[in-house]
Amino acid sequence: MSDLRDLYQEVIFDHNRHPRNFGALPEANRHADGFNPLCGDRLTLHLRVEGGVIQEARFEGAGCAISTASASLMTEALKGKTEAEAAILFEGFHHMVMGEPVSVDLGKLAVLAGVSEFPARVKCATLAWHTLNAALKNESNPVSTE
Amino acid sequence: MFDVQRMRAQFPILAREVHGRPLVYLDNAATTQKPRAVIDAERHYYEFQNANIHRGVHALSQEATDAFEAARDKVKNFLKAPHREEIIFTRGATEAINLVAHSWGRTNLKAGDEILVSEMEHHANIVPWQLLCEATGAVLKVIPIDERGALVPGAFESLLGPRTKLVGITQVSNALGTVNPVADIIRKAHQAGALVLVDGAQAVAHLSVDVKALDCDFYVFSGHKLYGPTGIGVLYGKREHLEKMPPYQGGGDMIAQVTFKKTTYNELPYKFEAGTPHIAGVVGLGAAIDFILSVGLETIAAHEDTLLAQATRLASAFEGLQVIGTAPGKASILSFVMKGVHPHDIGTILDSEGVAIRTGHHCAMPVMDHYHLPATARASFALYNTPDEVDALFRALRRVEELFLK
Ligand SMILES: Cc1ncc(COP(=O)(O)O)c(C=O)c1O
Repeated sequence: MSDLRDLYQEVIFDHNRHPRNFGALPEANRHADGFNPLCGDRLTLHLRVEGGVIQEARFEGAGCAISTASASLMTEALKGKTEAEAAILFEGFHHMVMGEPVSVDLGKLAVLAGVSEFPARVKCATLAWHTLNAALKNESNPVSTE
Repeated sequence: MFDVQRMRAQFPILAREVHGRPLVYLDNAATTQKPRAVIDAERHYYEFQNANIHRGVHALSQEATDAFEAARDKVKNFLKAPHREEIIFTRGATEAINLVAHSWGRTNLKAGDEILVSEMEHHANIVPWQLLCEATGAVLKVIPIDERGALVPGAFESLLGPRTKLVGITQVSNALGTVNPVADIIRKAHQAGALVLVDGAQAVAHLSVDVKALDCDFYVFSGHKLYGPTGIGVLYGKREHLEKMPPYQGGGDMIAQVTFKKTTYNELPYKFEAGTPHIAGVVGLGAAIDFILSVGLETIAAHEDTLLAQATRLASAFEGLQVIGTAPGKASILSFVMKGVHPHDIGTILDSEGVAIRTGHHCAMPVMDHYHLPATARASFALYNTPDEVDALFRALRRVEELFLK
């Protein structure tokens, strides 16, 4: 097995202990709930989208270190992105955690690359992103990783 | 004398390594490993006896039928069932419960009738009853558990009433390890005129079961949690109930005569065994029962109790670690959470140390809701586990602490 340190990078511990953009967002105009039935992780994503640009993103919920850090890093990365740019990021992120070649610059999100060596944890890393998809479509049913 | 090393030698998989470390398999409540005797029995069946049963006149078919039916007798003796035709082979505990919910439930329940289950049931002993309630208008009621994970004293008695038609109760909880007072529950349910289905999925590998003494109406278990193969399980039902119940599935083997005007059903147990069964699995299950009885359930239970006591002691000395499920009577299961670390992360780190445990909701989401937890980590012990492995578990938990909480 690859080193645990590839999975649990310092940045991930940091975002797990001190998640950024954590909490409610009263001015939000998009919301979605995500659920990973495998491990019970739940998260709620709030977005304020104006003119097709994500102005603010915050999340609430409880999850493992990987899903919490992934949500935290995602909310940071989304700020100021258009919906189309967010979709490109998700695609790139998905390729990365699946261990496939990535053609976009993922910036800080790249600390989650180690997830690709731990197939059981891919869903933890992608929960926030699936929830983002639902929020952008404003789907009212909770999304599930299953 | 019980010699755990001699036991281990009978389980080929225990010799393997995981991530370069010796496998420490502590996920026995999910499924147990298989002894050589079970693997050999299945192999022998396929290499020497394979044929379809109950139909051929040729030698192999006769031998296969004999092996299959001999396993039924082993199950009958194992459960101390009065009659061999009370033993129905199913795919597992889940299918056995669905069979009862469907066949008994749909003919005996009407709107307003009540089914009681406990808050600690596995989803397999919840959802089939919910489906039945949807279909019939019956009502599902829940016996609550307390903070220790035991049934709230007196709660069952106050829920039990003239409308109660069936009580579904697990003998041992897979999420908490609690051993329930099923004999007492059965006695009281019968006084109120209700039947009782006991989910023995987590019990059979740890406690010796006597369905006659218990006087339960139905008892279910899965072979794979009893050192036997996957895909095979058992429904025991009292003959008087099974005789009155309609078939669950239709097909070959379960009929006496078929015409397009009218079909008559085969006698018990075949009425409930439509289609070609998992013959090799049944043979393997018979071998698993022989194996268990050769070791002795008292011996197994004593060994596992020692491991559980050791693990419980180490857990209580571990700061930040909280055991979930502290009922006075427990079997073989240590469910826990660790402050500041999600169970899923615990599972990954333990795996990297070769220690296999289960993390998640254990198909018992109501138990998780009760404790306001998304999940727990669960170590569960079997006859081949050793005190060294319990130590390895706690060494690996120290590593979790180091990584996460340093
Ligand atoms: C208490 C209990 N009941 C029922 C089941 C279902 O068993 P199976 O999946 O083998 O049908 C399990 C398995 O986890 C269990 O632990």
